[in-house]
Amino acid sequence: MDPENKKPEVWDWFDHPQNIKRLKIGFYIVLALLVVPDFFMHKHTLFSPVEAWPGFFAAFGFISCVVIILVSKLIGFALKVREDYYDDE
Amino acid sequence: MTMSSLHPSLLFFIGAILLWILPLMGRRALILLVPATAFFIITQLEPGTYFGYQLFGFDLNLLRVDKLSKVFGYVFTLNAFACFLFAQHLKDRYEHTASLAYIGAALGAVFAADLISLYLFWEVMAITSTFLVLARKTERAYGAAFRYVMIHIFGGLCLLAGILLQVNATGSVAFDGFTLQGWPTYLILIGFLVNAAAPPVNAWLSDAYPEATVTGGVIMTAYTTKTAVYTLIRGFAGWEVLMFVGCAMAIYGIIWAILENDMRRILAYSIINQVGFMICGIGIGTAMALNGAVSHAFAHIIYKALLWMSAGAVLYLTGKSKCTDLGGLYKTMPLTMIFGTIGALAISSFPFLSGYTTKPMIIYAGVNEGLFWVWLILEIASAGVFLHAGIKFPYFVFFAKDNGLRPGEPPKHMLLAMAFLSFVCIFLGVYPQPLYDILPFGAVDYHAYTFEHTINQFQLLMFSALAFFMLLPLLKRTETISIDTDWFYRKGGRLFVLGCDKLFNGLNDFGDKVFVQKLPALLGRFFSDPARNVQMQGAQLLSEAAGDDDQLEQRRRKIEHRTRNLAYPIGGSVFLAVTFVAILSLLFFI
Repeated sequence: MDPENKKPEVWDWFDHPQNIKRLKIGFYIVLALLVVPDFFMHKHTLFSPVEAWPGFFAAFGFISCVVIILVSKLIGFALKVREDYYDDE
Repeated sequence: MTMSSLHPSLLFFIGAILLWILPLMGRRALILLVPATAFFIITQLEPGTYFGYQLFGFDLNLLRVDKLSKVFGYVFTLNAFACFLFAQHLKDRYEHTASLAYIGAALGAVFAADLISLYLFWEVMAITSTFLVLARKTERAYGAAFRYVMIHIFGGLCLLAGILLQVNATGSVAFDGFTLQGWPTYLILIGFLVNAAAPPVNAWLSDAYPEATVTGGVIMTAYTTKTAVYTLIRGFAGWEVLMFVGCAMAIYGIIWAILENDMRRILAYSIINQVGFMICGIGIGTAMALNGAVSHAFAHIIYKALLWMSAGAVLYLTGKSKCTDLGGLYKTMPLTMIFGTIGALAISSFPFLSGYTTKPMIIYAGVNEGLFWVWLILEIASAGVFLHAGIKFPYFVFFAKDNGLRPGEPPKHMLLAMAFLSFVCIFLGVYPQPLYDILPFGAVDYHAYTFEHTINQFQLLMFSALAFFMLLPLLKRTETISIDTDWFYRKGGRLFVLGCDKLFNGLNDFGDKVFVQKLPALLGRFFSDPARNVQMQGAQLLSEAAGDDDQLEQRRRKIEHRTRNLAYPIGGSVFLAVTFVAILSLLFFI
């Protein structure tokens, strides 16, 4: 292994703001397109009629993740410690 | 010699010995040849039990071949092949020996037909895997390895105690589904759950794996926890408690992974999360749930090894594993980034990758049983997987803030290993039928690719991604570690020692002061002249009770005088003697 000697090629597509902007727009379009079919198809439900609402799984995923992030943030206040916390072993 | 008389583990153990006499090129070929041959042998094995031997008066068998053990045999050897391809650069005999013996023991545990054989391989696994952590040769690794082996010895002892009680209660060493509910099976279950990294005995995993070597980490991810999954399927299918354990693990892994900064520790926590899905499936216990657990274990081993390889390649080239030190690596490691992302999407059960054709089977098995809470928690956890492993890992390692690292791609054999596993991930995602065909619990009645199901899954994942990017400021990496249950033996243990030190040494000091120094001195003073001291005290008490101090001095002088001259009136002495005899006889006769 001697990666220092050969200069690796640098690919920096993601560092250009206009590319990030394109990605974002693409991402939003994909999000919108994913919900559209829900309005035109019959959806099966497992436990509750709520599941048949258009965009149910989109909302489910979004809300779950927001809750998970907020809960872990809260837990983090109690459980995050400095990296050398155990170092005096 | 027929194939069924060859034990797949044997090849690994022989390989581990051969390593010490072969030159480098021979070793490189050997470590690929062993898993490849073992894979072939497993394909040829006919159902039945072989390799019988006698121990403690029991008829034992080292090789039980059925569909369940074969599936795990396939994936263990397949993964071993990829791992050793990834580890081709390693010249160290010591590490390869530990790896071969470890994988051999894991295969041995999977193929063991009875509890005693299982226990023997179980312990060999614990010990050999410890060397993969020790081989990192850092202070941290030594500490982690010590804690790792201690926890596994604890688990092993629980298992041994359970097995002995079980043999005592039933008279049989058979390892099949346990029906007896009581201490024997509870202890066995605890032994298995220690290896499955179920809370509260989960911390060894996230403690030790990230401290292992680059290749050791890749190898360890597959075997210990998945052997535990295998034994749970074999022994505890349908035990309801596993549903709760599994759900707890699925959520637990996500939260701790989100808090974590070290990329390999993030992946370690996501093992706990994924094994949670499998254990939940085992708890549900229907044929579909068990098939789901087996197939998910299969897919998981592959994409998890792939993830650890991409993280391992980054660590190998940069020497760094903290997200705060990494970032921007896509610029010079695009292939590693692509392979890592395939693994990350597979673990998130992104459609057309392997996680999607296996994990939802477990969830739908729960739905079929009408288990609303299981469905809810596992769906939330599915969204959370994408958050912590699917996006967070590639984002913070390969994108995010550029820390100026320009390492270039890893050696070709590493890329080849990652390409191979990426291919397996995609293959199983697009065409899962070969995997479904070898599942042990009946034909698979599950169709992953209905339009509705696929669109639901896409919605779930893409909107999770939206949440990730919207709340990115909250997820900013900090240079911290998070307290896990290892606190209890890393800090708590020390607090316990400190507490004991304070309590018992304090008691000791107190006892020393009172009984060794003060009390003998006091008694010595008293007994130097007891008659005088008793009278002096009596006089003091009397005068205090009477409330006048006038006569006290006079009395004292009298006592002083009497004792110095030994001038006691005879009547007084006789009176005292009679009184003592009266008391003694009273005590005696009562």
